[in-house]
Amino acid sequence: MRTRLATVLLALITAILVIPGPAATADEQGGESLYGQILDPQDRDQGVEGIMITIHSGEDEIAAVETGPDGNWEAELPGPGTYRVVVDQESIPSEFALRESSIVVDGESEVEVAAGDERPLILALEEAGASEDADSTETPSDGADAQDGGADAPADDESIAAPTTSGSFGDRFAQLTASGLLYGLVIAISAIGLSLIFGTTKMINFAHGDMVTFGAMIALLFSTGSAGLGNSLLAIFLGLAGAVLLGAFFDGRIARMPLLIAQWAAIMLGIALATVLGLMGDSVGWQVPLWAAAVIAVAMGAVLGAGMEQYVWRPLRHRNVALIQMFIVSIGVALVLRHVILVLFGAGRSRYAGYQIQDTVSLGPISMPPRDLVVMGVAIVVLVAVACLLQFTRIGKAMRAVSDNRDLAESSGINVDRVTLYVWGLGGGLASLGGVLYGLNQIVEYEMGFRLLLLMFAAVILGGLGTAYGAMVGGLAVGLVAMLSTLWFPTQMMQAWALALMILMLLVRPQGLLGRRERVG
Amino acid sequence: MDLVSILAESTRSAFGPIAAIYALAAIGLNLHFGYTGLLNFGQVGFMLVGAYGVGISVELFGLPLLVGFGVGLACAFLLALLLGIPTLRLRADYLAITTIAAAEVLRLVYRAGFAEPLTGGVYGLQNLSDGFRSINPFDPGERYGWGALAYNGNHMWVLVVTWGLVAVMCGLVWMLMHSPWGRVIKGIREDEEAVRSLGKNVFAYKMQILVLGGLVGALAGCMLAVYQASIQPDQFKPQVTFFLWVILLLGGAGRVFGPVLGAMAFWFLMNFTDGVLRGLGSMGLLPFLDGPDYGAIQLAFVGLLLVLLIVFRPQGLIGDRKEMLINVK
Repeated sequence: MRTRLATVLLALITAILVIPGPAATADEQGGESLYGQILDPQDRDQGVEGIMITIHSGEDEIAAVETGPDGNWEAELPGPGTYRVVVDQESIPSEFALRESSIVVDGESEVEVAAGDERPLILALEEAGASEDADSTETPSDGADAQDGGADAPADDESIAAPTTSGSFGDRFAQLTASGLLYGLVIAISAIGLSLIFGTTKMINFAHGDMVTFGAMIALLFSTGSAGLGNSLLAIFLGLAGAVLLGAFFDGRIARMPLLIAQWAAIMLGIALATVLGLMGDSVGWQVPLWAAAVIAVAMGAVLGAGMEQYVWRPLRHRNVALIQMFIVSIGVALVLRHVILVLFGAGRSRYAGYQIQDTVSLGPISMPPRDLVVMGVAIVVLVAVACLLQFTRIGKAMRAVSDNRDLAESSGINVDRVTLYVWGLGGGLASLGGVLYGLNQIVEYEMGFRLLLLMFAAVILGGLGTAYGAMVGGLAVGLVAMLSTLWFPTQMMQAWALALMILMLLVRPQGLLGRRERVG
Repeated sequence: MDLVSILAESTRSAFGPIAAIYALAAIGLNLHFGYTGLLNFGQVGFMLVGAYGVGISVELFGLPLLVGFGVGLACAFLLALLLGIPTLRLRADYLAITTIAAAEVLRLVYRAGFAEPLTGGVYGLQNLSDGFRSINPFDPGERYGWGALAYNGNHMWVLVVTWGLVAVMCGLVWMLMHSPWGRVIKGIREDEEAVRSLGKNVFAYKMQILVLGGLVGALAGCMLAVYQASIQPDQFKPQVTFFLWVILLLGGAGRVFGPVLGAMAFWFLMNFTDGVLRGLGSMGLLPFLDGPDYGAIQLAFVGLLLVLLIVFRPQGLIGDRKEMLINVK
């Protein structure tokens, strides 16, 4: 094995050395260029189109470029040297002006380009008449020819929208408490699954955030009209659901072989149906209101969770893969899930149509749009229902028992694998619901879940890893702290405060608020 | 699609400065995970503070580059202490959660509007490599190397320094791990309780290794800043950490040359898949996808690679399978 590898490597190296260089490295030779992106100062996701930029060397104009629809521009240069970049002030929309800085003076900038450099030059706009004392903050981004390989999204504002209300401190406090409560409820709903999964399998599911994104995306897809893609996804998930349900009900009750055959038949049927529906495309388009789309999303989220348990985690557990390795696998699964979502749904940011602009309802000092009240109502009802499920039903008790002590539960006759499957289903469904509620309140995009994941971690550690009620309490606490911190601190620090709260908790009470005192170190 | 030129380009990147920088960062991660069993999912945070240490000192305060390196390393030292004190006494999963969250929060804070006077916000910092390039013994206009493996003078200089640092660090790791101190470190990975019962202060050892690995990560960040001449917070997304994990597991955790081999293999694979995808795309064989999707598919491929490696070959290319059967206590 090793000698074969060495032979292949050697052969490769000889081949590389023989190939003439310039052919392979054309991108580097004489590849000097200048590039950049001009963004709308009010919305950093929007580029500004049609700004004319000319590049001079000495007295000669050597290139003239115009920014594209996304604000990007790029100019090839004849070689290394010093260039003068001039932005045509006339072409800038009248509501904006070019921001002055140490390198950009009067719409002109001197840049030095070294051999082989692809040099970025970011020209920033500001609103016309804005303060002139903006520091020398416009600086190029990104490096030479960084071989990043990643799907780098353009600069976007990643902070979570916090309500900006004016008024007295008391009013703002009440308003932020309300939105903190809302935010906390969303975190709590998404985090219950994370905590229960940790409790039953001792595994931290780093893919949980992407299950949240999945729910939000699916609801968006079906509420805006699903064509071939939606139908195909639905068919695949129907097949998967069939397989999972067959496994849940008949595992251990009928022989293994027929069960396996039935399960794979269900999955293949789903895939076949998906292909047919995908080929039919838009001819079977349909659209449902958002609440129905949310129901579909929750069901598909549950199937996703249960399917992952059945086809990824259970086989791994049976192979005795160690826990650390399971964490790494879950990170891999998260990467796959997130980027499949990115390919399927795109990197755009969207909102649920029809719920964006609503007249606010005033309740004392608090004013909220009705959609936020509905979100809170749904969240509270679901949390109470989950609590009842855990407290009073047979399967809920079994979940708590497995979460408490897996071995003891197994020896007292609980089918641990089946309970774990239900936990994953429940967790996936709740994560999807959390995604829909979060999307109603904020923006739906492919990284939303990952951002929420950090807050979910804070919530479950705060409440106690592995306890469902702890996740609820922790979620509310994290939501309130994050929102209330904006009273005194910048909104971008919200997540930092949630993290600080988590670290504080680890220092004084590592088992969390509701965790049982045990040795965790 | 020109397969030979794709192969040549991939090989060139396997020896290029980026691979060297990732190898350096992965050596730090190897100290954490490979030798001690610490789950650090926030190595990119160390790279970020290292890079910004250089960036802020050099661009804003006009300090010499070496001072910038010092500032970056000092920041990494502080970060390691901040992460380690609350979590290292606890189970491994707490460190995992805290590091991934801390790295992402650091990125969000560095790119935030209120930090813009210091960090340049989303635009980042620029003009960082003048000091480095002024002592460049190579001629920037000249090309060095053989055949397809040729780099211009500036890249060659970064390349030599970074691979030099990688070699020094490999030597350091080898010596450390063959010292009594290293045996305690590996003992902690195998059985923490046993080491504790021998009267060793496990917490102190873990803290030392967390700081050490963090410093190596920060050094990689510093080199990244110098190589690119400009930095931007969005380069330090969590996926960089995941790349480092793939590099480590691909090469073989707990082996001196694991990260080096892993980095070369990883960047070879990344550029190869990229070239093949683009080639297929330009031939019209991928009708459902357009340009930006290729990056996403590649990242999904990285995730899949991570899963498959763990499941089927946890020891990577040159690791020892028995050593990789570590468990959380």
